[in-house]
Amino acid sequence: MKILVALKQVPDTETKIKVAADGRSLDPADVKWITSPYDEYALEEAIRTKEGKGAEVVALSVGGDSAKDVLKNALALGADSAVLLRGDGQGDAFAVAQIIAGYAKDKGFDLILCGNKGLGGDNAAMGPMLAELLGVAQANVIVMLELGEGTFKAEREIEGGSEIVEGQLPAVITAQKGLNEPRYASLKGIMAAKKKTIEEVDAVPATVGTQTIALALPPERPAGRKLEGDAAAQAQALIQALKDEAKVF
Amino acid sequence: MILVFCELKDGQIRKPSAEALSEGRRLADAAGRQLGALFAGASCAGAAEAAKYGADLILTAEGATLASYSSDAFAAVIAEAMKAKGATVLLAAATAVGKDMAPRAAARLGAGYASDVTGLSIVDGKLQAVRPVYAGKAFATTSFASAIQVATTRPNVFAAAEKAGAGTMESLAAPAGDFKSVVKEILAKASGKVDLSEANVIVSGGRGMKDGANFKILEELADAIGGVVGASRAAVDAGWGLPHSMQVGQTGKVVSPTLYIACGISGAIQHIAGMSGSKFIVAINKDPEAPIFKLANYGIVGDLFEVVPELTKAAKALGIGSN
Ligand SMILES: Cc1cc2nc3c(=O)[nH]c(=O)nc-3n(C[C@H](O)[C@H](O)[C@H](O)COP(=O)(O)OP(=O)(O)OC[C@H]3O[C@@H](n4cnc5c(N)ncnc54)[C@H](O)[C@@H]3O)c2cc1C
Repeated sequence: MKILVALKQVPDTETKIKVAADGRSLDPADVKWITSPYDEYALEEAIRTKEGKGAEVVALSVGGDSAKDVLKNALALGADSAVLLRGDGQGDAFAVAQIIAGYAKDKGFDLILCGNKGLGGDNAAMGPMLAELLGVAQANVIVMLELGEGTFKAEREIEGGSEIVEGQLPAVITAQKGLNEPRYASLKGIMAAKKKTIEEVDAVPATVGTQTIALALPPERPAGRKLEGDAAAQAQALIQALKDEAKVF
Repeated sequence: MILVFCELKDGQIRKPSAEALSEGRRLADAAGRQLGALFAGASCAGAAEAAKYGADLILTAEGATLASYSSDAFAAVIAEAMKAKGATVLLAAATAVGKDMAPRAAARLGAGYASDVTGLSIVDGKLQAVRPVYAGKAFATTSFASAIQVATTRPNVFAAAEKAGAGTMESLAAPAGDFKSVVKEILAKASGKVDLSEANVIVSGGRGMKDGANFKILEELADAIGGVVGASRAAVDAGWGLPHSMQVGQTGKVVSPTLYIACGISGAIQHIAGMSGSKFIVAINKDPEAPIFKLANYGIVGDLFEVVPELTKAAKALGIGSN
């Protein structure tokens, strides 16, 4: 079995967002970059599959030199090889999906795993777009995955519950928190990763679907009001205020 | 034409779909276009209701092959309908189904896609979307490079407004079977409760709740004011038996209720990222320095175990009831 894991480099969750001088992108000063947390569940699932039934795991990222950190981490965690597709990995989901499809289409992957969304862009689109471009099955926001002979069974999160999706391999599966508990890299893994090389490939030309033309911070919230008195008085005052001022009820 | 994919539940249009349809009507009026509503399933009984939200044309794809949801079948139905009607804009609600199928349909149509949008307009004949990024820490205005434009609308943001449309019905062929992946079973749907992402009122608990069993007092308050219960990551990860689907925040759900009550939640940046889009925020925390107070419209400094039951009592006394 051959598994491709697509990993995205994203700003750390602690990042305070600042808008760059161009008014439409993130000011990269002071930003710490990490592997998107959802992608970590995808990678962990690939490594567990390799350990459980045997598989070759290829880690992939679209981006520039800095995205190599994500790939080195994947190698340290147990990916067999890593590929950097040189291109704009932070851009439009449709373009990224085309770049990955261009690479993956004739490589015989049985399974492509990625996060259900890239933290930050929050588009949740790359996976389903990739599945369509490759003409394969998809299952998104997955908290359980079982692989059969050329088939899969997955549990995906939906409103107020979950559902079981069954399909054929090859498939694109996007991971959700709960799928597994990602491991930490071992010293041995980190040392072994240092000996592995990252293959670099130029991204295929892609058509852009969307562009960000402005990035803005949310409006400041109005100053709040602290309620006075004992618990009962505070509760009374709050419910009244929500009814009269906020008109919530 | 602007086409809106709509979901039915028990023969009625789901609220997030009604919101998407209403927004579609507004855009269609602004751009002088027709509004179409598209339904797919084993039965589309109830689809006529789309006329109430302004649909000029109601398209239904009915057939046994659509009885269970499958992304490839539904994407195919959408792409065919878009082509048949020469529609250039597709909207769907950003629900579990919408977010699964709309990007796939977009790729099939060679179109760009904007997810979970909170604002839409037509500029120079094309859709333009505003969408929260970095879990609401910023908003991106998105334009489309493609001839066809696809977007999903965030639930509970756009108003569902009634406006009569012609509602001409037309049926489409359902695709033949043999899909690549199909939903086989729906598990443990919480009874009747709306999902956090669609909720109008959310009562959330954090590490200050001390134990999962204590969430009962939040349930009682939520029941009294017509809300649902959420949680911080600290509470979900504490091993109290709370499912991840309850988690609000950057790696949980990004919510947009009218009212968000944070109980025993400090207000870490990753939590705030998920709930800062709430219209009114109430913080209940015994630490007056908790960062959550900086965000709150109303703050109660106190012990949540005393305050929350009093809130339930006060709500019941005022006869607010569930709505
Ligand atoms: C990669 C990453 C992703 C993350 N994603 C998320 C996310 O999606 N959502 C999220 O919530 N967090 C997320 N976090 C975690 C986040 O950083 C915080 O740890 C978490 O939000 C803290 O939860 P809390 O406010 O419930 O707990 P704490 O920060 O421990 O706060 C508990 C609060 O309860 C108050 N309290 C205690 N007892 C009482 C009482 N009896 N009455 C009133 N008040 C009381 C205390 O004063 C305190 O302010 C993430 C972290 C990382 C690193």
